[in-house]
Amino acid sequence: MAETVRLRIKRQLSPDSSPFWEEFEVPMIHGMNVIACLVEIQKNPVTKDGKKTTPVAWECSCLEEVCGACTMIINGRVRQACSALVKDLEQPIVLEPMTKFPVVRDLVVDRQKMFDNLIKVKAWVPIDGTHHMGPGPKIPEPERAIHYELSKCMTCGCCLEVCPQFNEKSDFMGAQIISQVRLFNFHPTGASLKEDRLHALMGKGGVHECGNAQNCVEVCPKEIPLTHSIGEVGRQVTLQALKDWFMK
Amino acid sequence: MTEIAVDRSFFNRRLHSFLGIFPIGLFILEHFFTNSFAVHGATVYNSKIEFFKELPYLLAIETIFIFLPLLFHGIYGLYIVYTGEPNNLQYGYYRNWMYLIQRVTGVILLFFIGWHVYVTRISALLYGTEVSYQYMAKMFTNPVVFWWMVIGVVSAAFHFANGIWSFCIVWGITVGPKAQKRMGWITLGLFVVLAFVGIRALLAFHI
Repeated sequence: MAETVRLRIKRQLSPDSSPFWEEFEVPMIHGMNVIACLVEIQKNPVTKDGKKTTPVAWECSCLEEVCGACTMIINGRVRQACSALVKDLEQPIVLEPMTKFPVVRDLVVDRQKMFDNLIKVKAWVPIDGTHHMGPGPKIPEPERAIHYELSKCMTCGCCLEVCPQFNEKSDFMGAQIISQVRLFNFHPTGASLKEDRLHALMGKGGVHECGNAQNCVEVCPKEIPLTHSIGEVGRQVTLQALKDWFMK
Repeated sequence: MTEIAVDRSFFNRRLHSFLGIFPIGLFILEHFFTNSFAVHGATVYNSKIEFFKELPYLLAIETIFIFLPLLFHGIYGLYIVYTGEPNNLQYGYYRNWMYLIQRVTGVILLFFIGWHVYVTRISALLYGTEVSYQYMAKMFTNPVVFWWMVIGVVSAAFHFANGIWSFCIVWGITVGPKAQKRMGWITLGLFVVLAFVGIRALLAFHI
């Protein structure tokens, strides 16, 4: 008999229905990842016990760990399904949706909150105007190198999934947002919105709600120096608070 | 001009962080040090108590620099504990454990300090209890009280030392991971020293 892969998947058919577990067994393909397993289930949606079921829903796009869409909990650890190779995983491979975002269906979650928060802190470089603004300022190489590290964030939400302070009881926006504020405050043109961003991070769910458990930096798939960003933005917020207190 | 929409939580959190060091942390250092006079016996220790009893504006100093900061730090700290959802079994990283221990010791200290202030200060104010070396030594003959004191002293040493570590990140003093790691070692050292000093002072009380 050909080699197979066993999977245990936490399923949920609608946002309001209750979750349940189903087990599957799919044929092993050389070099396959977790996404490939889900494709096999989609081709033949039958459980391990031979019961016909609905195909498991999931999201994916880039398949090379740069989009964040396929983020889920694999064997108890949050990560991207595309870069999770079956040969490296213990079986049965346990798949669960992320717990900090509302489930849409099965492994699909609604990560809108992160994008709303990016808008809240104005995570962009303002270049819109009524006239041509010319070329932007040059960024020295050492600075560019740091920018690049920070710009690798794909809004996957791993840092929020593992953060003990990111939950329904708190408004904390999390490491992803704080790191993006650092990135755009760092940018010579982006810095024109620095005060707005810092005031946003002094507001509801701002950087002060960080509990310094530092799980974020441990799980970030892009190895972004998130705790460095939290320290840096903490410093910027301290200086902004002093400025607000004494100079206004 | 940008609109300043600063949420109350920012002020409260930063105040909580600040008070933890100034004055509460400084008081802990003083308190551990002063009680270490017990090492030199009852006469020396009691003379130090007399000195503190005679401080001018004592009640005002105690209220403003100890009682109110402790009350705010404790109550707001409890709220911070409530907003967290520890996940140490799933993600057992070192710093994640420190996060949990900081909260556990915080809750222990809320009960411990409440009891400690009652038996050594409030009871003196209300019933005129004579707090002295002999009074403490007599209390410590009960092993439950003694071990409860050890738990309280070690918790306070940890909560203060580890609190300095996070204070330095919150205020932007240790910004980078290397600086944070260095501060991690320094504060761990402080915890060991404080725990030693505290326990040695406790052991000095025996009749």
